[in-house]
Amino acid sequence: MQRFLSHYYLSDMHRKITVKTITLLLFLVSFTGFAGGDAEKGDQKSEIKEYIQHHLKDSYDFSLLSYTTDSGEHKYIGAPLPIILWDNGLKVFSSSKFHHGETVAEVDGNFYKQYHSKIYKTDAEGTINYDADHHPTNVKPLDFSITKGVVMILITGLLMFFLFRGLARSYATNGGIAKGVGRFFEPIVLYIRDDIAVPNIGKEKYMKYMPYLLTVFFFIWFLNIFGLTPLGVNVTGNIAVTACLALLTFLLTNFTGTKDYWKHIFDPLGDSMPWYAKIPLYIILIPIEVLGIFIKPFSLLIRLYANMQAGHIVLMSLIGLMFIFKSWIGSPMSFGLAFAISLIEILVALLQAYIFTMLSALYFGFAAETHDHAEEHEGEIQHL
Amino acid sequence: MEKLINEFSFGLFFWQLLLFCLLLFLLKKYAWKPILNAVNDREEGIKNALDSAEKAKLEMQNLQADNQKLLQEARVEREAMLKEARDIKNKMIEDAKDEARVEAGKLVAQAKASIETEKKAAISDLKSQVANLSIEIAEKVVREELSNKDKQIKLVESMLGEATLN
Repeated sequence: MQRFLSHYYLSDMHRKITVKTITLLLFLVSFTGFAGGDAEKGDQKSEIKEYIQHHLKDSYDFSLLSYTTDSGEHKYIGAPLPIILWDNGLKVFSSSKFHHGETVAEVDGNFYKQYHSKIYKTDAEGTINYDADHHPTNVKPLDFSITKGVVMILITGLLMFFLFRGLARSYATNGGIAKGVGRFFEPIVLYIRDDIAVPNIGKEKYMKYMPYLLTVFFFIWFLNIFGLTPLGVNVTGNIAVTACLALLTFLLTNFTGTKDYWKHIFDPLGDSMPWYAKIPLYIILIPIEVLGIFIKPFSLLIRLYANMQAGHIVLMSLIGLMFIFKSWIGSPMSFGLAFAISLIEILVALLQAYIFTMLSALYFGFAAETHDHAEEHEGEIQHL
Repeated sequence: MEKLINEFSFGLFFWQLLLFCLLLFLLKKYAWKPILNAVNDREEGIKNALDSAEKAKLEMQNLQADNQKLLQEARVEREAMLKEARDIKNKMIEDAKDEARVEAGKLVAQAKASIETEKKAAISDLKSQVANLSIEIAEKVVREELSNKDKQIKLVESMLGEATLN
């Protein structure tokens, strides 16, 4: 429980740092706003804001960088990725047809346009109709495109597979002692086993959950680290990815739940009082417990998403500030800040992976608990 | 919340689910199972090795204690043997001394006896020699005395006088 709270504290600390940085940022921005205050800077600010917004979202092509030529033409360096749509039949085409969202793509007589990183079906001119709340009313075809995020997931998956396959093989060929690059990860594997899985799940059942815990830890960690590279990916800061991971934790928790786990939800007070006394309490307690089943994984998905998203926003804002200041005090200062935040982000990358794994293990521990194990926790609050 | 739902991309979710499950399955089969098994085996091996080392240490200690005991026994035995030898030596010396004493006593007694006999023989020899000498002297004296008649008669008369008195 202590450890559990400390995670909250750590993620909280991260948030605090973020808030502080944003305050400082706002202060600096307003200061320069008063000092300069010309139209050009306003343009640059909105451009940077747009750039950050664009970066945070998934993209249909693997662009590493873009620049504007003297003639005002946008140039992108990177590779187009395949677009896969289901719109009365499978439509597969290259994302180069969109010209980075600037043009309408025509496939088999249908026209598609990118709007806010989503693909809509349009007419030949690419008209987008809006409703009263400025939401597009155009038809959205089912989109299974291989986006930048999917490519990064694939690359991470391959990297993990070869890395840990290599580690596993080195044990067989080297007489039970790790060799090669994978050796670096052996202590982490052991840490997850000895300090995350075993204390939370228990010695008898932890092996069942180990593959998931290990995979999810390294998956999140590697993708978080990739997010800090100039590749400009933000996979773990994408709600679809975190939702998927949280869903898997949710499914694993509830499908491996023991009788005692369900008893804990639907009969939390047990034999401590007669049945007629329990009825009024259970009218409140059982809905809370049932809600708890869903809130736990939901907190997982929001925590990871928000932390990574916030980190990227702060980091990119600080980098953007360098271009806004263009002065010999402001730019080095924001560079220093960006550097400091980068270092913190490296820590956060590991921390968030750890928290996700740790909490998943904790939930699995609830699910795997048998009655004698539950006895030990009598009186503890288990529903966080 | 609306922003979150708006940001949710079903395509990415689909690929993530597919790829992650595939990764999970592949890693479980080809990486995590062998890694965890190898690590467990290794730990088991280390534990066994430590246990057997502990056992060997104990055995060694037992052996050393045995050795110590044997050594102690040997020392005691040696001590006993030495003592016995010393005793035997002492006894032998004592016996020899006794025997010698007895022998010496015997010799002394024998010597004493022979000395006695010699003495007796010498005394009797001396007696006979003294008697002879006395007779010779007496003969010579008598002869001298009796060389004249008067003296002879005188002697006879004194002797007769003595004899009558008896």
